[in-house]
Amino acid sequence: MSVSKSEQAALDAVPSIPRNDDGPVFVEPWQAQAFAMTIALYDAGRFTWPEWAEALSDQLRQAGAEQQGEDYYRHWLSALEQLSSAKGLTNGPELAARKDAWDRAAHATPHGEPIVLGAELASD
Amino acid sequence: MAHDHHHDHDHDHSELPEMDLRVRALESLLVEKGYVDPAALDIIIDTYENKVGPQNGARVVAKAWSDPEFKKWLLDDGSAAIVSLGYSGRQGEHMDVVENTDDVHNMVVCTLCSCYPWSVLGLPPVWYKSAPYRSRAVIDPRGVLAEFGVSIAEDKEVRVWDSTAEMRYLVLPQRPDGTEGWSEEQLAALVTRDSMIGTGLALSPDQVPA
Repeated sequence: MSVSKSEQAALDAVPSIPRNDDGPVFVEPWQAQAFAMTIALYDAGRFTWPEWAEALSDQLRQAGAEQQGEDYYRHWLSALEQLSSAKGLTNGPELAARKDAWDRAAHATPHGEPIVLGAELASD
Repeated sequence: MAHDHHHDHDHDHSELPEMDLRVRALESLLVEKGYVDPAALDIIIDTYENKVGPQNGARVVAKAWSDPEFKKWLLDDGSAAIVSLGYSGRQGEHMDVVENTDDVHNMVVCTLCSCYPWSVLGLPPVWYKSAPYRSRAVIDPRGVLAEFGVSIAEDKEVRVWDSTAEMRYLVLPQRPDGTEGWSEEQLAALVTRDSMIGTGLALSPDQVPA
């Protein structure tokens, strides 16, 4: 499996990323999604790897975190939310409102239909 | 809105896990504002589809093909049989294994989101999560299968299994002809990811390098 330049840069900047010989490993799909968003934002020039490494280590330090598996990416996502807010891409209240909207959308969706954001967002 | 807050996922409404909600919230905002291109995300994730790897699932299938006792257990209690091989889901979801036969072809979808037996198949492919697959797999399974290059005889029943957060499905494909006496390891090489989702068939011996 080849690792792209950006991914290699991420691996170099953040040595704690769980990985095997092929590159990063993920335990659940959302973790890959969070990882991919980070790479995509970096590719778009939204932050540097040192900035990212600092944001992530802040989270890990705060949590006194176990750095493996599910917990690791839990902190990863917190760091991404944090850094995205610090860079003005989003903010806490907006994220909370959107998360709530997804939750309501899921609850309002009968099983068998795709969950989409709809009326929940009209008031945003 | 449902008035009953008992979490009955299968019937009246759906629920997404906390981390899934947070990821969706951030992603949908970043995409909407144009900071992230969803196609670029798909490309990055695509790289990992085969990484966690469907090889765990392939070993399960190869063992079932080789060991009738194990196969019986697998079909009776998929979760336990799969855990016995060391592959367990983190969320303790149930695993139901459905067997393809001469009369029945099974395929798996999650119409809701992307529930997927990733303890045995790795990350779901991008198409599995796509709205067209999720909606069309139920309405027109034969049409979808045809697009995957799988044609199912008219008189063969096609069953579509809709996954939930609690119940995941794995298809046990039919063992290809011409594989008598093969070892489990040889057999596992014939088992593709798609054959365990039901959008493909197991490879025939002439489709793998000797």
